[in-house]
Amino acid sequence: MLRFITVRLAHAAAIVFLVATLTFFLLHLAPGDPFTTFSETTLISPEVVEQQRRNFGLDQPLYVQYARYLGNLVQGDLGYSFREHRPAAAAIASRIPATLTLAAAALVIAFGLGILMGAVQAARPGSRTDDALSVAALGLYSMPVFWLGVMFLMLFGVKLGWLPVGGIVDEAIYSYLSPLRRLANRLEHLVLPAMTLGLVGAAVVARYQRAELLDVVHQDFMRTARAKGLSRTAVFVRHGLRNALLPIVTLFGLFFPLLLSGAVLVETVFAWPGMGKLAVDAINGRDYFVVTGIAIVAAAMVVLGNLIADLLYRVVDPRTRGES
Amino acid sequence: MLGLVVVFVLCVAAALAPWLVPYDPAAQLDLASGQYLDPSVAHPFGTDFYSRDLFSRVLYGARISLTVAFLSVLLSVTIGTAVGLIAGLAGGAVDMVLMRLVDAALAVPRLLLLIVVLALWEGIGLWGLILILGLTSWIDASRIVRGEILSLKTRDFVTAARATGIGARRLAWSHLLPNLAAPIIVTATLGIGQIILTEAALSYLGIGVKPPMPSWGSMIAEGQQALSNAPWVATFPGLAIVVTVVAFSLLGDGLRDALDPRSR
Repeated sequence: MLRFITVRLAHAAAIVFLVATLTFFLLHLAPGDPFTTFSETTLISPEVVEQQRRNFGLDQPLYVQYARYLGNLVQGDLGYSFREHRPAAAAIASRIPATLTLAAAALVIAFGLGILMGAVQAARPGSRTDDALSVAALGLYSMPVFWLGVMFLMLFGVKLGWLPVGGIVDEAIYSYLSPLRRLANRLEHLVLPAMTLGLVGAAVVARYQRAELLDVVHQDFMRTARAKGLSRTAVFVRHGLRNALLPIVTLFGLFFPLLLSGAVLVETVFAWPGMGKLAVDAINGRDYFVVTGIAIVAAAMVVLGNLIADLLYRVVDPRTRGES
Repeated sequence: MLGLVVVFVLCVAAALAPWLVPYDPAAQLDLASGQYLDPSVAHPFGTDFYSRDLFSRVLYGARISLTVAFLSVLLSVTIGTAVGLIAGLAGGAVDMVLMRLVDAALAVPRLLLLIVVLALWEGIGLWGLILILGLTSWIDASRIVRGEILSLKTRDFVTAARATGIGARRLAWSHLLPNLAAPIIVTATLGIGQIILTEAALSYLGIGVKPPMPSWGSMIAEGQQALSNAPWVATFPGLAIVVTVVAFSLLGDGLRDALDPRSR
């Protein structure tokens, strides 16, 4: 087990390093740098702009910049955010809680609803409910996640006015609220973005869950359990569902890239102050190190998610423990 | 079947868009009194902020989305087939290195990478977009082709062909690729839907297909500014995306069943 974890961590580190290198060169080969926008305005003299470039080492050859960037990286220094005037790591770290909150809520909805949908479908395959849910899953799966967000925003935010149209809290009143009201205010803002991201995920989970359950239903132990005199429902839930949940655990790892990509869009739709929105803003403002930092943090999250999923799988399914 | 019909209608409509649209999609028809008109007989999908006819724009959007998707998929499937073929045929170290690279590529949040590239090379245009979408979406195809090759390699007819002493190139062209046609066509069909979704997302963020070219994604972004008084502006382009992606999905599944009877 320890060997398995060590090998996987080495792989993970190699992947993160590759991503860091790729993003660094992409950013530096692109036209323009953080001071291009300054030099385009006439208010700041070219000498000052040149001085700033020298201060940040942007006049050095690319390989010097790259070596320094890697050296800083292993020390946990992701560079400097020119827009926020603080370390990029701090700028990114301040946005992680918002993204994790959204991702966690979306995961709960995706797996909760997805497993339920898949189970209901597999209980009576070919029934009208099964078909309807299959169509719903296909529709959600084929839907641009940002459009679903916009539609929710229109219906529940604008037309019905039930839920806020964006942000993470009501900035104007938040500090005057009691702790309980604050929580309510946060939850209110979370509902639409989390539903948007979660529903698309639920469609993916439901497809897998239905297929897995239908596979399990025909196994011998299911027939044995029925023959013992257990009711259909008891067999389905206790023996079927439990076994079908195994492969769903691997889906958990695949979900991280989906969640992060989705977060970029959903956060943009709902002005949710997370990493995804920061990425879009940073790219538009040419905030070099915030962009590379987010790419690295996102890649680290994905490989870590895969690692956790693999470990979970080995815990829940002892048969896989021999392999490495 | 339904998928095939819808895809056919969409392709014809996109190809004939210049003759089918009631108005020029870029024409600002009447800025004084034609902004955000409700859907009507004259404007089936209503008009937008600039008084442009939304139906014409959605139809032209189909033209652009489908062109981008077809060409990107052509590129990605070509690269994916080549990589999968080389990995599967060469085996050993070559296979291991290629597949490790594929694993690494899977860990990169693709949308984030695309945003980085497209935001930095702003003047890249439609051809650049197609190139980048193609270059970043060949992973699935390469894995499928590699898997197929590995299973084909053990089959008797391949052993027999090898025994006649033909080279690897000949083997690939005349014995392996013809057997790969079915899975490749299915992958490409399903890939089109995925590319359309990705392109729409990028255009929504303002870095995919850029105005004044009509694109479903950017139309939704424009519509988001007018959700209270003109909800149709954001609604119709989104519906167009859903219909198109669902149709390609159904077509892909249908083709799989038709071309590979085992999967039924």
